Amino acid sequence: MNPAASLRRIGALVLRHMYLLRKSWPRVISLAYYPTVTMIMWAFITVYLAPTNNVLSDAPGFFIGAVLLWDILFRGQLGVSLSFFEEMYSRNLGNLFVSPLRPWELIAGQLVMSVIRTVIGVGGAALVAWLLFRYSIFSMGFPLLAFFVNLIVLGWAIGLAVSGMVLRWGLGAEELAWAAIFLLAPVSGVYYPISVLPDWLQWIAHAVPASHVFEGMREVLLRHTFSFDLFFTALGLNVLYMIAGVSVYLLAIRHARERGMLLQMGE
Amino acid sequence: MPIRLSIVPTAIATPVPAVIVVENLVKRYGEVQALTGISFAVRRGTTTALLGGNGAGKTTTLSILLGVLLPTSGAISILGEDMLRHRHRVLPRMNFTSPYVDLPKRLSVRENLTVYARLYGLRDARARIRELADELQLGDFLDRGYGTLSAGQRTRVSLAKALLNRPEVLLLDEPTASLDPDVGDRMRSYLEAYQRESHCTMLLATHNMGEVERMCTDIVMLRGGLVVDRGAPAELIARYGRDNMEQVFLDVARKRPDADEEETG
Repeated sequence: MNPAASLRRIGALVLRHMYLLRKSWPRVISLAYYPTVTMIMWAFITVYLAPTNNVLSDAPGFFIGAVLLWDILFRGQLGVSLSFFEEMYSRNLGNLFVSPLRPWELIAGQLVMSVIRTVIGVGGAALVAWLLFRYSIFSMGFPLLAFFVNLIVLGWAIGLAVSGMVLRWGLGAEELAWAAIFLLAPVSGVYYPISVLPDWLQWIAHAVPASHVFEGMREVLLRHTFSFDLFFTALGLNVLYMIAGVSVYLLAIRHARERGMLLQMGE
Repeated sequence: MPIRLSIVPTAIATPVPAVIVVENLVKRYGEVQALTGISFAVRRGTTTALLGGNGAGKTTTLSILLGVLLPTSGAISILGEDMLRHRHRVLPRMNFTSPYVDLPKRLSVRENLTVYARLYGLRDARARIRELADELQLGDFLDRGYGTLSAGQRTRVSLAKALLNRPEVLLLDEPTASLDPDVGDRMRSYLEAYQRESHCTMLLATHNMGEVERMCTDIVMLRGGLVVDRGAPAELIARYGRDNMEQVFLDVARKRPDADEEETG
């Protein structure tokens, strides 16, 4: 294996998606549009509740930080899934799979695109948060990087699993891309602590890496401490999720190669 | 004492080596037998046609050769490599074109070719794209979106993509489909010239019998996942007592009883 050749092929895949983004401003705007609108809504809820709520008066960025972090997870997942769907929409999978591109390079290209889309989407919303509400997500300091890594990796794992399922069952399963992440929302404790959930649901929540990230976020915002325990628990779980996501994806590619679907896949 | 070189006419003494070797290839989809142990070889620098009616197994065979379909059993060697185990060693040295596999429609022709030039690791992508644009007459629409092109223009772009890496093995699935006779003829001439110059080995799946007679040195005829006959075009035409490959094809596809005696499976 030649690392330079691999990097060049990953770069080619990223270039293909960048060409697409560059010529479609509505696409770029839509990346930031939803996170920004959601952030603005939570910011006004904060303005409304802060005078009567201790948590919000102590940490006015509580909801805005939460919504921006949640969008790292959401955009991270969509970034992986949508890059894959683009290849299916354009019936390009056949050409890609007969090229020297290896499956892991395809995955790497999707992950790079996920980071680019997330930075555009969440970065845009974060900028608006600072301009309109004087809230800087960077005020979290170093922990922000830890949260970002854990959330985007979870997004990648789900995005790869969704891509695999769409490859397995066709574009009819595309809705999964939008629905999958929302299934995790109630047990991720984005806006409330996990302790408010019923006991049985707390067990499920503890198995979701995002719940440890958002618990960690509350530690930082309310108690100004960074919990390494929560960080490493999330990281450990993410390793398992990533193994599962990559496995589902590679199994779906294997299945597609057994059924001869790669040359036929398309809209 | 000066070394004396013995002059051996190697080109005559040594048979042209096979670049593609398919042995006992079987593909089953559940109960459906798509390929039933087919074997054939394609010699270096020649063009072999895979002929057969719809469902005969041509696309299945091409897909397995490309590595996008896994066989149930059998062996494939391309350029001396075991394709089932080391296909990524061979893929940079081969390429493929089919009117049924698209390129991203929102990207321009130039952008698409640039992406694939990088995927194939070309050192001077711009020069190669310029060269192919001249040779395949893509210049007028190089900066237009691939999705805005006519079917014939797309076929030419797809061919350009297939030639980007100067492949040693080229798999062609109906390479001149959708082209008018004039452009089709130019493309065939181009492929013939490319083969003369590069000694590229080509495997062609087509329903255009004129193309087969003109371009192919060998033919493998498939029916129902079996190799039912093989030979040079002139040989087959003579054997079936016909005037052209179109008539031979019809004999085989319509399973004329005396054609069955030729089955080689």
